[in-house]
Amino acid sequence: MDLALVWFILIAVLWTGYLVLEGFDFGVGMLMPIIGRSNKGRRVVLNTIGPVWDGNEVWLLTAGGATFAAFPEWYATMFSGFYLPLLIILLALIVRAVAIEYRGKINDESWRARWDWVIIGSAWVPSILWGVAFANLVRGVNLDADHQYAGNFFDLLHPFALLGGLVTLTLFLSHGSIFLSLKTDGEIRERAEAFARKASLVAVAVAAVWALWAQLAYSRNAWTWGALVVAAVALIGAWVSSLQGRFGWAFASNAVAIIGAVTLIFGAMYPNVMPALEPANSLTLDNASSTDYTLTVMTWVAAIMTPVVLAYQAWTYWVFRRRLSLEHIPEHTELTFLKR
Amino acid sequence: MEALELARWQFGVTTVYHFILVPLTIGLSVLVAILQTAWVRTGKEKYLRLTKFYGKLLLINFALGIATGIVQEFQFGMNWSEYSRFVGDVFGAPLAMEALLAFFLESTFLGLWIFGWDRLPKRLHLATVWLFSIGTVLSAYFIIAANSWMQHPVGAEYNPETGRAEMTDIIAVLTNNTTLVAFPHVIATAFLVAGTFVGGIAVYWMVRRSREDRQHADLPMYRTAARFGAWVMMISGVAVIVTGDVQAKLMFEQQPIKMAAAEALVETPDGPAPFSLLSIGNLAGDDPGSVSHVIEIPGLTSYLATGDWNGEVLGLNELQEIYAERYGAVDANGDEIEYRPNLLVTYWSFRLMIGLAAFSAALALGILWFTRKKSPGMPGWMKTLALVSLPMPYLAASFGWIFTEMGRQPFVVAPNPTGSDQIMLMTMFGVSSSVSMGEVLTSFVLFTVVYAVLGVFWFRLIQRYAVEGAPQVAEPAVQSDDDDTAKPMSFAY
Repeated sequence: MDLALVWFILIAVLWTGYLVLEGFDFGVGMLMPIIGRSNKGRRVVLNTIGPVWDGNEVWLLTAGGATFAAFPEWYATMFSGFYLPLLIILLALIVRAVAIEYRGKINDESWRARWDWVIIGSAWVPSILWGVAFANLVRGVNLDADHQYAGNFFDLLHPFALLGGLVTLTLFLSHGSIFLSLKTDGEIRERAEAFARKASLVAVAVAAVWALWAQLAYSRNAWTWGALVVAAVALIGAWVSSLQGRFGWAFASNAVAIIGAVTLIFGAMYPNVMPALEPANSLTLDNASSTDYTLTVMTWVAAIMTPVVLAYQAWTYWVFRRRLSLEHIPEHTELTFLKR
Repeated sequence: MEALELARWQFGVTTVYHFILVPLTIGLSVLVAILQTAWVRTGKEKYLRLTKFYGKLLLINFALGIATGIVQEFQFGMNWSEYSRFVGDVFGAPLAMEALLAFFLESTFLGLWIFGWDRLPKRLHLATVWLFSIGTVLSAYFIIAANSWMQHPVGAEYNPETGRAEMTDIIAVLTNNTTLVAFPHVIATAFLVAGTFVGGIAVYWMVRRSREDRQHADLPMYRTAARFGAWVMMISGVAVIVTGDVQAKLMFEQQPIKMAAAEALVETPDGPAPFSLLSIGNLAGDDPGSVSHVIEIPGLTSYLATGDWNGEVLGLNELQEIYAERYGAVDANGDEIEYRPNLLVTYWSFRLMIGLAAFSAALALGILWFTRKKSPGMPGWMKTLALVSLPMPYLAASFGWIFTEMGRQPFVVAPNPTGSDQIMLMTMFGVSSSVSMGEVLTSFVLFTVVYAVLGVFWFRLIQRYAVEGAPQVAEPAVQSDDDDTAKPMSFAY
């Protein structure tokens, strides 16, 4: 098989990993005030992702690095083209990392409240903007003959893209609440389950409209109907499982739905990596990829390392598998800002 | 001001900011792993307390370190897309390897270490901190390999059809001689920073405790930490000097103009080149002829560059002619190319890098002298020395990078004198052509402001937790999963 195609698929896999894992991280962040309510409740919610959120985020960095290595032209055009949305996402990720780590370091109500707002806000922003970015990729963007982005920021905000943002938002909310239903106990769990039952239905509805729109108006391949059907069935499965209280199944279904959605997105673009509104200007697997030598080297590295990474990340989830409840949260042992 | 200048400022600010945090993470993660190993092996409570104390400071630092690191992965594409197109085939590989081999390792095992005190058996938990440390060191290796390729491109060919540099030999890229000297230099610096941090804070506490009570129970613990930090400073200090010297000789061969710029050596000297301790005149570059050296050590630059006290070192004017002849006198816009970097920056950053390390040396010698006997106690002025010394290796590390990076201007990919003359890129042609001045200005202002605000919180927390001292600890106990009675987690955000 053509190595450029292997890397196109591998980058799709990295994005799938990122969206499945950070999807519930963002959901958890957004739901912190809704499901957590009290300070201790918010701590339960946040600590469900405590040991893993950082490792989850690395999937994004790896997707970025892999795009740079395998498709430098794509990397250069996409990130210089989507400049302002990416800037906003990066700022959100910066403050989020610090907020999660610093929130509990000082035992002071207003200190915590401020960082809580940062955690919540920095979960909402990327949850919407990733969908906007992917929808733009599916639709095609304004590239000139040199494959450079020729549009502006507002060109990225057409209805199809905004609906895409709503898809990732609702999907992550549903994904996060299902994750919390699996990872918590007691009253937090009850609230998470109740939210998940509603959120998963909304996610089905929004995603269905967007996916049909994407397939009918923009997909460059008929076979992506298959991915669409898989995603749709999985999303409905997540909703039904939530209603039945089978949240393990609901979580697995959501993961399958994200695999289906990424397949639909990448399949809709293929054989382009970044379609242009004027098809002749599109970046394709052929004209955007690195040399065969570089791709061969990177394939070896990825083939060896990806299973290792998957194994130790899975082990981490196993180590921290138990449900958390209010009783598991220790009293504050942090410092205060009191004058000495 | 143009987008080019703003993009350079932005990369400079974000990278320097990132690198204020990085050396402490790299060095301290290993030192904390060593402290925890000492606890596991001896069972002595003082090692556990020190592990928790410095571990907490490490985490406060690491959070901001990763936050500022995320940007770097994307900034190449955002602001330097033409550069990314030109070098992506080569440069992307170490970056992707860094993410796959190092970022996953450090972030996953850090999570296990933070939350695993009551979930993992003692030795397995110790392994997680070591894997985390290895991850931080490994990531430094890959990113330095990427940077070194920009200073001295190897293992690649220029393809005239695509106009890109294309990788031909990954082993050559990863074993670039520039990498092999830059990596130990950076790692030694990281240990100098961390050793100063550990030793300096311990000295602060020794002074404080011995004033309260000369028999205070904490004094032996802080003495251990102080001596540990001092030995790390001594060993890493020597390593910094040795690797720095090797690096200078390599730089003289590979980037002679950077070496001359380090000395503000305008004219080629007759005979051995001296090392200047103080230079005055217009170093900013408008009028290099006005530069005059006030205090000099004869022959030292010749020695640093060539290993021979009488070696010949070319001056900037002569190098400018040589470069113009080989790499072109005018650029694509028809303007004359100035191959001289900004002398004011290169000259003073080189001196500050070397000079600031003296603080750590003084601190280390002081610690080893005053703690030579088991009897506790530390003179009060050592506290002042310790606190003044704490930021100095940070500044030295920053100036070192500023020198390395500003010294390669006007190139973003500096030509390899023994490689292909086509594999080079002027910084001005690397900047994104599709990104507007307003966009770069927006991102520059936002990053700077956000970083500054977060930096204030970082500093206050580090200060607050350092002043709190090593906590009293309970022996960690691994909880069983079958245990139904919900016990609080050993740590929760």
